[in-house]
Amino acid sequence: MTARVGVVTFPGSLDDGDAARAVRIAGAEPVRLWHGDPELHGVDAVVLPGGFSYGDYLRCGAIARFAPVMETLVDAARGGLPVLGICNGFQILCEAHLLPGALTRNQHLHFRNRDQVLRIESAGTAWTNAFQPGQEVLIPVKNGEGCYVADTATLDQLEAEGRVVARYVGGNPNGSQRDIAAITNAAGNVVGIMPHPEHAVEALTGPSLDGLGFFTSVLKHLVGAPA
Amino acid sequence: MPRVVVDVMLKPEILDPQGQAVANALPRLGVNDVASVRIGRRIEIEFTGEPDLDRAREIADKLLANPVIEDFTVRLVEADETADARS
Amino acid sequence: MTTHPDPVRDTPEAYSAPAQPGEPSPAQPVAPATAPAQPAAAIWTDGVDTVPRAGGTPGELQPYTELGLRDDEYDRIRQILGRRPTQSELAMYSIMWSEHCSYKSSKVHLRQFGEKAPHSDRLLAGIGENAGVVQVSDELAVTFKVESHNHPSFVEPYQGAATGVGGIVRDILAMGARPVAVMDPLRFGAADHPDTARVLTGVVAGVGGYGNCLGLPNIGGELVFDPSYQGNPLLNALCLGVLPVDRLQNKAAAGPGNVVVLMGAKTGRDGIGGVSVLASATFDEGSEARRPAVQVGDPFTEKLLIEACLELYDGQLVVGIQDLGGAGLTCALTETAAAAGTGMRVWLERVPLREPSMDPHEILASESQERMLLVVEPDKLDAVLKTCEKWGVLATAIGEVTAPEPDGRPGRLLITWQDHLVVDVPPGSLVDDGPVYARPMREPADLILLQADRAETLPRPADPEALRETVLRMIASPNLADKTWVTEQYDRYVLGNTVLAQPEDGGVIRIDERTGLGVALSVDGNGRYARLDPYHGTKLALAEAYRNVAVTGAKPIAVTNCLNFGSPEDPGVMWQFAEAVRGLADGCLELGIPVTGGNVSFYNQTGAAAIHPTPVVGVLGVLDNVADRVPMGFVPRAGGDHDQLYLLGETNVELSGSEWAWVTHEHLGGIPPQVDLGREKALAELLAEAARVGHLSSAHDLSDGGLAQSLVESCLRRGVGARIAVPEQFAEGSMPFVYLFSESATRALVSVPRGHDKAFAALCAERGVPFELIGVTDPAGGALEVHGQFRIGLDELRAAHTETLPRLFGGSAAVEVPAPAAGVAGAVEGVPLPVAQAEPLDAAEVVSEPIASSGPSPETGAVEPIGSEQPGAVSESDTGVTEPAPDER
Repeated sequence: MTARVGVVTFPGSLDDGDAARAVRIAGAEPVRLWHGDPELHGVDAVVLPGGFSYGDYLRCGAIARFAPVMETLVDAARGGLPVLGICNGFQILCEAHLLPGALTRNQHLHFRNRDQVLRIESAGTAWTNAFQPGQEVLIPVKNGEGCYVADTATLDQLEAEGRVVARYVGGNPNGSQRDIAAITNAAGNVVGIMPHPEHAVEALTGPSLDGLGFFTSVLKHLVGAPA
Repeated sequence: MPRVVVDVMLKPEILDPQGQAVANALPRLGVNDVASVRIGRRIEIEFTGEPDLDRAREIADKLLANPVIEDFTVRLVEADETADARS
Repeated sequence: MTTHPDPVRDTPEAYSAPAQPGEPSPAQPVAPATAPAQPAAAIWTDGVDTVPRAGGTPGELQPYTELGLRDDEYDRIRQILGRRPTQSELAMYSIMWSEHCSYKSSKVHLRQFGEKAPHSDRLLAGIGENAGVVQVSDELAVTFKVESHNHPSFVEPYQGAATGVGGIVRDILAMGARPVAVMDPLRFGAADHPDTARVLTGVVAGVGGYGNCLGLPNIGGELVFDPSYQGNPLLNALCLGVLPVDRLQNKAAAGPGNVVVLMGAKTGRDGIGGVSVLASATFDEGSEARRPAVQVGDPFTEKLLIEACLELYDGQLVVGIQDLGGAGLTCALTETAAAAGTGMRVWLERVPLREPSMDPHEILASESQERMLLVVEPDKLDAVLKTCEKWGVLATAIGEVTAPEPDGRPGRLLITWQDHLVVDVPPGSLVDDGPVYARPMREPADLILLQADRAETLPRPADPEALRETVLRMIASPNLADKTWVTEQYDRYVLGNTVLAQPEDGGVIRIDERTGLGVALSVDGNGRYARLDPYHGTKLALAEAYRNVAVTGAKPIAVTNCLNFGSPEDPGVMWQFAEAVRGLADGCLELGIPVTGGNVSFYNQTGAAAIHPTPVVGVLGVLDNVADRVPMGFVPRAGGDHDQLYLLGETNVELSGSEWAWVTHEHLGGIPPQVDLGREKALAELLAEAARVGHLSSAHDLSDGGLAQSLVESCLRRGVGARIAVPEQFAEGSMPFVYLFSESATRALVSVPRGHDKAFAALCAERGVPFELIGVTDPAGGALEVHGQFRIGLDELRAAHTETLPRLFGGSAAVEVPAPAAGVAGAVEGVPLPVAQAEPLDAAEVVSEPIASSGPSPETGAVEPIGSEQPGAVSESDTGVTEPAPDER
């Protein structure tokens, strides 16, 4: 059975087609989900893609969090459904309180697009089990508000529980605290990542194929997961 | 020490996509009696000495606001009021 | 206020009485309209100047001069209408007959693009459409166009640039295409001039803020500094779109009874500066609130507009479509009707307004962004409105298409405002019957002296130490320095089909994931060359763009252009323009690729000082399989392996107009490099063939900065060094310098992997392309070495090359001008810097500022008006002729 991975399209989602392509290349069936439809259509996992949902005019992700699909998704995520939030998706997950902390304006105040080295700190999540802990990967980063912030207690807790999933290496592109590029919830099924693994899945269009691991991880996870 | 508060708003005739996006989102939260939302910025300035409104106006005109598309107002606020305003 | 001397009119044959407007079709959801007021009601109703009133008050003074119309143009309007125009009509004519909409100064020259066009089977839509469309496979076509938004980008850099991107994207969308990439050729004043920081940071943030939020990869462009652009920065924006061949749309409002739908953002007072003098005389309070507004872009709305339009196209729900740019509704209504020969009946009060107090002429002139005009069959209206609602896009039926006159003449455009007939015109008279001028032309008097002052006579570096220092200084100069500071503010990955992007010579986009079919694009211009010789300078720009596409391995097939010039009223500028157009038309004929569309921007001038004539040329090529694309960087090889380096083409002593002459001596003079387009074509064909059979591991065009610049860029791209030797004939004295810095055209630097060298050399010989083995890549060496001259470590090269722009524009956090993710916040924060430069333009400056004009090429009939205006300003040209600032969208 081919795993079915939902990709949500909000008004202003931009990398939704790319996330669907990555899902397909990883060997799963992408299923397009619509922000206004609360139904998840029986998908096995969900990707919240990058973009500027609702223009990101108030705070990134602040309005998307109230979309009908999010009500269902939040419950499902709490029930263990694997959810990957990429860039704007990460921002939405924070606004929806599925993940702690917030993403703020890049410290240098510019949108920044570059190929970024990350170190995978936790290979224990639904979305990173195909990597080795400590493995370095090359993934594009592109955002204007990717600076991860949280209070010290939260940061300490994330570190202590091994919930920092990836860190920036060789330069922090946005000023994120403790170089955090990706985090997970306590259960490890919900991951938010600022860089874009879906843009590192083809040799011709990406800087590497390292991003594929995030999507093959969830397939591995689903095979091992109880039905 | 009192502070100078500068409020910067887009001029009324200028399109405000940010305010518009918020206004459009409100009905989804069950709020249906809002006609329009416009979003601006508030800047607080603390002078080393006495607060100087004229100086603040100059700063606002030259740097804080973009006179091509924005208006601003300048007023004095007591320090504890600012704290209140933020809380 | 200008008085018209002879207001009496009685020309019945020119004036056919308006047909009674039909009742609104039942499909129209908005308030039922009643018939317009009859002539008997010729009164000044609610301050609205109606057609009956205009008929009854022939002597009323009208501010046509302030609107930029000449006496004879105003006479002509009265003749066409058989009466004086109403306020709304006057506004419409003044906009449509302005330079940027009517191309009145350029039309007579631009005809050459059609007359000299080489035959092309691929062209599905050419000059005159919103953008040219070129077929690239049995199923797919691409459309691309470059346009200017120069003056608005000086006034309000963030929004000027943002709305410039938005405008060209809608042009592409209107052809039925999904926009898939943007490029942005940018030109600013001197890099170290304080105002450059204000303009550049705002423009870059605006291009990025809009394009990123729209989800379009930015795959290339130009960044050029020259004092001639001080006060007249050039923001040109190119957009590429892809469509299935059978989804091609057109703008004709065909089919009487069809519904006219306005889609997208509400209409506000954006960019109505040109017609602000028409503020109604009875209006006396709240004049503050009536000020015309700078257009603010809303990329989120544009994104929804794109998705909604594509869904409409796929559902075959629209008959015709036109985007709204400058000249807004006026242009869209008249062009769509004129294209079909139909008439149109519009209820103006149905237009959703952002500001309820707007007058009819303001609604007609508004340049509010993110709007499209649709023509829809009545039984499909519900489906259209439903799709728009799904995407959260406002859509309103505002009128209907009416039949041509019974005698076969085209129909009339009737517009009412709350039951008052305010417009009754033949739409074609605004679109096609505008004035056409053969402006006087004269070669600039200083040109002979300028050309005699050759850079080849300047002192040159003649020893290894001086040469080494020159290399480091040149690669750090603003025009040659690394552009990452700018380009990393743009998303180049989104949509997942970007195969090559800046700093590569050309951008390459995959357009078919199944077959690997892709297109390559480059935009280039060189104002210095064009200043020295506009005819050959334009050919050189064409040659460079063509070559940049060719080095990626693509086959060039089509051309677009944006012609940025000073005032056409200056005979010297007009001569430059005519020469440039002639050069481009001749060049395209020689290369066998057609001009598919373009844009003219005049009045890029402050006082008597015009910018360098700056024709920017975009070339599009096809790659059958993007896997064959050739990047510019030398390739890392393990185990001491290396590639051979060949220089293709001939190097001559050509330093006039070069980057070196400017950087080192601030010199501009002489004759630009020779250009031979036959050889250019041979080089391109060689590169395409070599790429296809896998002879090339890298290929890089030689242009500004010569061989030295290309070597450094190819080394730094992937951190691979090189060792080269200059050929014997360049060994003595200053000749090594010439070899490294001459800007001779038709050259490329290629690396050839082991085992391919003999076959490659044979191919060059067979094709008659001069080639010389100049050295090898040196993956382990970590340096660029020129034998007997210098060896510079890659770290030292990189430091010199990359530090310049951050130093100039990325300074302390305090002066960084941020581009927030949200568009409008960008404008808010696009604070002019430094503080001393932040002051608003004063009135005097506004008046003397040149105005850029732009629009699509007229011959194609696609007058796409564009307009954004200095708020409230009517600008006056230095010749004393007052014209409303021609705007750009």
